[in-house]
Amino acid sequence: MTEPSKVLATFTVNGEPHEVAFPPHKTLLEVLREEMGLTGTKHGCELGECGTCTVQVDGTPILSCLMLAIDAVGTQVRTVEGLADGAELSLLQHAFADLGAAQCGYCTPGILMTADALLRANKSPTREEIKQYLAGNLCRCTGYLKIFEAVELAAARGRGEQREPSKESIYGS
Amino acid sequence: MVLDDPVKRPAPGSRTPWHHDVKKDDLRVIGKPIRKVDARSKVSGLTRFADDLSLPRMLHMKLLRSTMAHAEIVHIDTKKAQALPGVKGILTGKDLPIPFGILPVSQDEHALCPDRVRFVGDPVVAIAATEEETAWNACRLVEVEYRELRTIGGIHEAAANDEPRLHDYGVRGNIHRLENLEFGDLDDGFQRAAHVREDTFFFEGNTHLPMEQHATLAHFDKDGKLTVWSSTQTPHYLHKALARTLHPLPAHHIRVIACPNGGGFGGKSDPFNHEIAAAKMAMLTGRPVKIALTREEVFWCHRGRHPVLMRSRIGVSKSGRITALDFHSYLDGGAYGSYGTASTFYTGALQTVTYAVENYHFRGVRFFTNKAPCGPKRGHGTPQPRFALEVQLDKIACDLGLDPARLRLDNLAPRDSLTANFLRIGSMGLGACIEKVTAGSGWKQRRGKLGRQQNGKYRGLGLACSSYLSGAGLPIYWNGMPHSGVQLKLDRSGLVTAFCGSTDIGQGSDSVLGWIIGEVLGIDPLGIKVVTSDTDLTPVDLGSYSSRVTVMTGNAAMQAAERAREIVANGAAEKLGVPAARLVFADSRVFDAEEPGVGMTFQEAVCAAEARFGTIGTVGSYTPPQSAAKFRGGGVGPSPSYSYSAAVVEVEVDADTGIYTVPKVWIAHDIGRALNAAVAMGQIEGSVYMGLGEAMMEEMAYRDRTHKGNRIFVHKIPSLLEYKSPTTLEMPEVVTYVIEDPDRNGPFGAKEVGQGPLLPMMPAVANAVFDAVGVRIDEIPVSFEKVFAALQSKQEGKDARFGPALDASGVPAVDFGESLKVKTPWQGGDGTAWNEPKREKKAAK
Repeated sequence: MTEPSKVLATFTVNGEPHEVAFPPHKTLLEVLREEMGLTGTKHGCELGECGTCTVQVDGTPILSCLMLAIDAVGTQVRTVEGLADGAELSLLQHAFADLGAAQCGYCTPGILMTADALLRANKSPTREEIKQYLAGNLCRCTGYLKIFEAVELAAARGRGEQREPSKESIYGS
Repeated sequence: MVLDDPVKRPAPGSRTPWHHDVKKDDLRVIGKPIRKVDARSKVSGLTRFADDLSLPRMLHMKLLRSTMAHAEIVHIDTKKAQALPGVKGILTGKDLPIPFGILPVSQDEHALCPDRVRFVGDPVVAIAATEEETAWNACRLVEVEYRELRTIGGIHEAAANDEPRLHDYGVRGNIHRLENLEFGDLDDGFQRAAHVREDTFFFEGNTHLPMEQHATLAHFDKDGKLTVWSSTQTPHYLHKALARTLHPLPAHHIRVIACPNGGGFGGKSDPFNHEIAAAKMAMLTGRPVKIALTREEVFWCHRGRHPVLMRSRIGVSKSGRITALDFHSYLDGGAYGSYGTASTFYTGALQTVTYAVENYHFRGVRFFTNKAPCGPKRGHGTPQPRFALEVQLDKIACDLGLDPARLRLDNLAPRDSLTANFLRIGSMGLGACIEKVTAGSGWKQRRGKLGRQQNGKYRGLGLACSSYLSGAGLPIYWNGMPHSGVQLKLDRSGLVTAFCGSTDIGQGSDSVLGWIIGEVLGIDPLGIKVVTSDTDLTPVDLGSYSSRVTVMTGNAAMQAAERAREIVANGAAEKLGVPAARLVFADSRVFDAEEPGVGMTFQEAVCAAEARFGTIGTVGSYTPPQSAAKFRGGGVGPSPSYSYSAAVVEVEVDADTGIYTVPKVWIAHDIGRALNAAVAMGQIEGSVYMGLGEAMMEEMAYRDRTHKGNRIFVHKIPSLLEYKSPTTLEMPEVVTYVIEDPDRNGPFGAKEVGQGPLLPMMPAVANAVFDAVGVRIDEIPVSFEKVFAALQSKQEGKDARFGPALDASGVPAVDFGESLKVKTPWQGGDGTAWNEPKREKKAAK
């Protein structure tokens, strides 16, 4: 068997053009991680079952393990590396870090990309709406509760409210 | 460098140096919700997990795994694979002939099976190639000729069939371990009981399901040094296994770096075949080699919860005091030993730590079967018996018309006491936990009275309690060295660097180092540099398992920090002209307690000390207190301290379908002292989640298929989609109570929190289902089908129960032999077995 032949294409990832040569059957996940070195996007199954590899394509969260990279050409791809505004973390990232919504941190990039898309579409999601939106992202560490609280905290701060985490969520009842 | 002097360790009984009695208000770092040292990297995608690493010229390795459940390997033909362009290396069992295993008593695994496969998924051939796909394709070109052997499929089958033996070691037939321990006088205990009941329970196996699949990168440099980066919870044990299997490569030429784990839960605490094969492949090819397991392969690695069949006979007085407990457990161990010896003991160890059991008899047996090996998962061996005991207590309360909460409160094991099996209890906050969850849930007013709701469904409440250890009292291999070591380096910039072999698996162990050192030295914990889990750089810590890190690493860190404080204080004292004993370390300053204006910055104090004493480095180490149990088998169960949990679960059951939901959970956990409020909460909530998954849906179930007249056991559901685990939608509202009952053996009084709160969830769900619809599900998971079946059976006037048979057929007939008889502390026992035969040194295979 010879080396698989590669195609050359330009992707826009986190607002920057990336010219990459890659085998045409590679998924967006593989090209992001292996060809562009953007290893912030993780994988849990590579079968579209866990949500770990979620990135945004034109603002919509998608499973990068199920999308052929070639189909992402011409789109705006956004990964966890593109969440922060320069050196400053986004409100969502701050809330996740401060509340301990990232324990092992492996599902975190995918959850952040999903939650970020939610907050762009809905500035005041209810707990139930957050649950529904994140239902495709598995997390084995947190029990999701700190994640819900972090999304709510970031949403409130995004609306300009001076919000601190509740005493119960930090110290217990 | 201040050397660690074991003679300086506190004598037993002396006041412990771990500041458990310090007042909360006097703490500046401990207990505060400071973010974890790595939190911002984790939310930025900057944390580098093992599969995120790559090196120039790196090869990709794949394992060809057995398609047979049990077979002899007759012949392996790799010629076609070898000829495939891009293939750079092929290994088979003969290249790695030395067996290994996590426990010295069960060195029964090979990186690649040399002559026999024991489960579908056992690795046979390793192939490395320039591209990942080439390695896969090459695996498909390998021809393996098997001679199939009869299979052993489960507990009953293993008990009934001594042949074929899976291994040529163990007790006999397919029995790996057999334990029989008797504490006190069972006959007397049962005679004095006013009420005796006997129940049979089954706990199906389930798996860790970490989001990160295991991955390993190995590099063998031209100077003969091997470096292995891996997703492992136990770099020290992996180091030992590599040194053993790669003989004659010297141990000090091997460097293991444990990457941050993308979830472990016990599933990354064995040394694994793929780690050893990758290392060997790197040595063979002279190139870096990476293997990243697929999700399906993670199910073959397994080492998860053992399926356990249990029979429990319990006697209580008229008022419900436990007078005797006779407990049998039968474990389905899968194909290899793994931690199974410890798992077996753990099914009998901790029952006595929650409730005072006056007389106790434990019999446990672990079988080898042709399935993926079982091992330690969060709670290691204790969730199964905990489920049995807590459901049985609920039944006793029903039998006697007592409140299940009252029954438990009346039976609480006393603090600062020895149990029947010689476990030393220190702080004990279970009573407070029960009070909290019952008050919060409205237990007294609501239990048994919720009944039918307006939507036609039935609600119920269930209570259960538990305990877990803060690390095992003994290391996995016999040695007299510390369990954890920490080194500190202080330099002129004011930087404190902590070196420790502990491994962060998401629980926050890196941060624990920062918090403790930050508290002792009065500096910002986020300014401390933490270097962990690198066997070249960091002193040994045994690993992130058995909830040991907070207490053991924490105490080692405290000792190292106290020693650094002393050096810095002496340097500053001289410069300031203030007695060292009067100096306070706080807010990154060192100052006179009597005249706070007289002082200097921490950095200036470090410089003063370095000028006076030279380069500053200190060490700290920790060894747990000696166990009171001296009988054979007494090594499993002892711990510096025990955490306690209580949970009330509310369920809503559809009586027509058996489908139920969990709308709310109240959980209380006695953590000793929370080193960080928010992080402790996260551990409790995560445990509730994982416990609910086990209670409701998770199971490692096998398809029993026949292939050409032979049975093969293939995992039914080796994928994240089909292995059902709770999503955001199943996660209930959780009310958490953090109970702080400081323990004298923990840093600032801290006890474990990572595993304990999972334990009460499973029995609490089963008890709640009973409260709602009056059926007993004596099996985990309490799946909807089982609830439905029990409801049907109840309707037909039969047993309102689902579970293993209650008669003799429920558990296999096993000859447990004569028990080791130990007098309880209240019988004047000294922790030895009075009928113990002279100990023979069992040769490790």
